[in-house]
Amino acid sequence: MIEIVKLIVLFLIMVGAFLNLVAALGVIRLPDVYTRNHAASKASALGIMSILLGTFLYFYFINHHFNSRILLGIAFFFLTTPVAGHLIGRASYNSGVKLWDKSVQDDLKRSKNNTEIRE
Amino acid sequence: MAFQLLLNVFLGFMWMLLTVTFEPVAFLKGYLFGLLIIFAFRRFFHSRFYLLNVIAVFKLIYIFVRELILSNIAVVKTVLKPKLDINPGIFAYPTVLEKDWEITILANLITLTPGTLVIDLSPDNKILYVHAMDINTKKESIDSIKNTFEKAIMEVGR
Repeated sequence: MIEIVKLIVLFLIMVGAFLNLVAALGVIRLPDVYTRNHAASKASALGIMSILLGTFLYFYFINHHFNSRILLGIAFFFLTTPVAGHLIGRASYNSGVKLWDKSVQDDLKRSKNNTEIRE
Repeated sequence: MAFQLLLNVFLGFMWMLLTVTFEPVAFLKGYLFGLLIIFAFRRFFHSRFYLLNVIAVFKLIYIFVRELILSNIAVVKTVLKPKLDINPGIFAYPTVLEKDWEITILANLITLTPGTLVIDLSPDNKILYVHAMDINTKKESIDSIKNTFEKAIMEVGR
């Protein structure tokens, strides 16, 4: 039983570390703010959540210590990372950061121009 | 829904007072009997029987977790691919949801779907502007996914 738990914990923490590494690589590799935001807001969210879950299971099954703060941390990350990603994207769009030059389509720009014309 | 839940808790306390046992088990027993009573009297409430809403909430959480894992697999694939073949762009997505919390949950869900990220919401709360990682192939499938999201969210809010 303990060995199985240890294997699951090992798997969760390794996956979390791997996902965080991928998020960092994505921030370096991808071309513009918005695509970097994809990597940073998704991969690091699940990465941190699985590291926290692994830590929780370790302390619960091996030290018999139920730490509810870790569960709360998971819940807060789950709720706040998409909002943070959205806000960074929105702030950079509104302050005029250009999309990558190979971007295909930009509906938001058209609608912003329309409202300016109407005003 | 909140009123029915509160009524059920009240019925649980009522059971504790009637049986003069002040233990969590007694409260749980009273809560279950109260659930039966509320189910029997469900046609007197304006909203539907609230257990259906609870089930819908759990379904929504399941969708959230599944989309988070799928989107991470997609991100790992794009980042670790040797050649960078992405086609980013922003498209407009008209939503049928009206309440603020529904739109917030929808935006969070879209942000957690593979390859999409909400950039902006139009001032009249009708159109979401979504940044997509790969705009050519994904658009139709993403629209169909979001129809399932919108359906799940409406199920909660009904």
